[in-house]
Amino acid sequence: MSGLPIVLFDGVVYGMLLFLMSVGLSVTLGLMGVVNLAHGSFAAMGGFASVVLTSRFGVPFLLALPVAAAVTALAGAVLERTLFRRLYRRSALDQVLFTVGMIYVWIALGTFVWGAGQQAVQLPVFLQGQVELPGGYAVGRYRAFLLLVGAAVALAIFLGIERTRFGARVRAAQGDRDMASGIGIRVDRLFAATFALGAALAGLGGALSIPVLGLDPTFPLKYLVFFLIVVCVGGPGTVLGSLVAALAIGIIDVAGKYYAPEIGGFVIYALVLLILFWRPNGIVARA
Amino acid sequence: MTKTPAFPRRAAIGLEVLLWASFALAPLLAPDHLLLLSQVAVLALFAISLDILIGHAGITSLGHAAFFGIGAYGASLLALNGWEEPLSGLFLSALAAGLAGLAMAPLVVRVHGLAQLMVTLALALLLHEGASRWRAVTGGDDGLAGFMIAPVFGVFEFDLFGVTAYGYALAVTAAGFLLARLIAASPFGFALAGLRQNPQRMAAIGTAGRARLTQAYAISAFLAGLAGALLAQTAQSVALESLSLQRSAEVLVILILGGVGSRYGALIGAVVYVAMRDWLAAMSPQYWMGWLGLVMILVVLLAPKGIVGITRALAARLAGPRRPRGEAPARARPGERAA
Repeated sequence: MSGLPIVLFDGVVYGMLLFLMSVGLSVTLGLMGVVNLAHGSFAAMGGFASVVLTSRFGVPFLLALPVAAAVTALAGAVLERTLFRRLYRRSALDQVLFTVGMIYVWIALGTFVWGAGQQAVQLPVFLQGQVELPGGYAVGRYRAFLLLVGAAVALAIFLGIERTRFGARVRAAQGDRDMASGIGIRVDRLFAATFALGAALAGLGGALSIPVLGLDPTFPLKYLVFFLIVVCVGGPGTVLGSLVAALAIGIIDVAGKYYAPEIGGFVIYALVLLILFWRPNGIVARA
Repeated sequence: MTKTPAFPRRAAIGLEVLLWASFALAPLLAPDHLLLLSQVAVLALFAISLDILIGHAGITSLGHAAFFGIGAYGASLLALNGWEEPLSGLFLSALAAGLAGLAMAPLVVRVHGLAQLMVTLALALLLHEGASRWRAVTGGDDGLAGFMIAPVFGVFEFDLFGVTAYGYALAVTAAGFLLARLIAASPFGFALAGLRQNPQRMAAIGTAGRARLTQAYAISAFLAGLAGALLAQTAQSVALESLSLQRSAEVLVILILGGVGSRYGALIGAVVYVAMRDWLAAMSPQYWMGWLGLVMILVVLLAPKGIVGITRALAARLAGPRRPRGEAPARARPGERAA
């Protein structure tokens, strides 16, 4: 562990995880206007799915990741059709209360099923230990893996939103919902699909984050503030904004805890206030 | 939003008298639950302060515990440093919270929606972080305890049974209730209602919107500080928890459970919430937050106007076709969803 490059590396890895877990929230918030504070529950769900898959059923870690994402996608689609769609036209306050209620229910359910303790996941051998980088720096193999996966997924999201028909539909519905349905886009179905996708990303992020952040039933509440910061600072609905904000928060948080542990928490909150005072709609405001 | 029909005036006055009378007589009916009743009074006052923001000024807050905590720490620090007189201590602590509200307001009133939730949350988190780290003054995670509060008016000593504490808390809460009502019925209150419903029009007729919202935020902070100071004085301790997100969420639940935009809502919400918390925590201590979450979900889905809203709708139905004179029939206009 020596100095700035390691702090930057760890910060970027942390930021990638935050990005994965919150980008779905940002897109659904921008698209549907639902302040889903329970979004972190999908991350926790993905985490628990991967723990159950690897430890109980002996599924290899790398295979457990996509399965966990699929499980949360399914849960997301079901919850969207049954519960979240009722919130679309409600006030932000109702949405906050409803989704905070969901967090509490989730924590109780999680504690009931898995207990209040920390969960562990067994990593494959090739992801354990350290890897030597040029320049004499040694970084954890798992963190390097996270960096690669995070970058790949971020790239896939960008291309998916910018280059595919699905992305074009999402952008159209985000711009003008009525017009989008007027030209034949099934907005209802699009919402469910987008919500499921956001949940899948959160689930993947949650499963990936266990070795770094740990996992217990209070996960959705513990990281709620960070998801909110990513979305608010980045600007709801912008993938690029979420990425920039998540990386910045990851680096600042890690650096703050490394260089100035006694004021670590202040730096990030004070910065959030400054940024929101400067740009209330986020650093990358939607056109 | 559909307008729920108001009670006939006489019935409203009757209910109000009944409500306060039952609060006043509660110690006789439930002498073993005075501590719980004091908590009801404190949380009701806290919810009244939040109602000024949400119900009247249309400002949403996820961090109202900030001011509750300032009031609580203020009263504790005053008492620890020898200022043991309760009423002046209460006022000074609430004043500190009000000034803090005045200082934070410029950040809060210029943003809306999610950003407003985030700003209020971040401000409260900053204070929580500060109180947690500044151990020398705030006691950190341990909070502050072991101070004395002098007798109220120099006569009524705080006793072990909590009789004085309850009377004191109830009196302060009633005063806060009256203040909130005066504000709502004043030109200032009407300006807030206008700003909530149509900011553009209010700007067009010359209302200084941000100044009004800033004042409302400071007044609300003052009342929240009053509630916090009241808790610190009656419990003779303060915990870090008084600045937490959970505390902010708790008061939101109370307000919405009771009904936003109605001061009775805060009172009824506090009674129901504390009773529910006491019951659920005794029944399943590990999972009571989960049950609370379920209640929150059900309230939003089934009773978005809270208990007061349900009661009004029921009263209107019972009253049948007869409407209070001079009032239009409360019928949902096309395109609006009935409550």
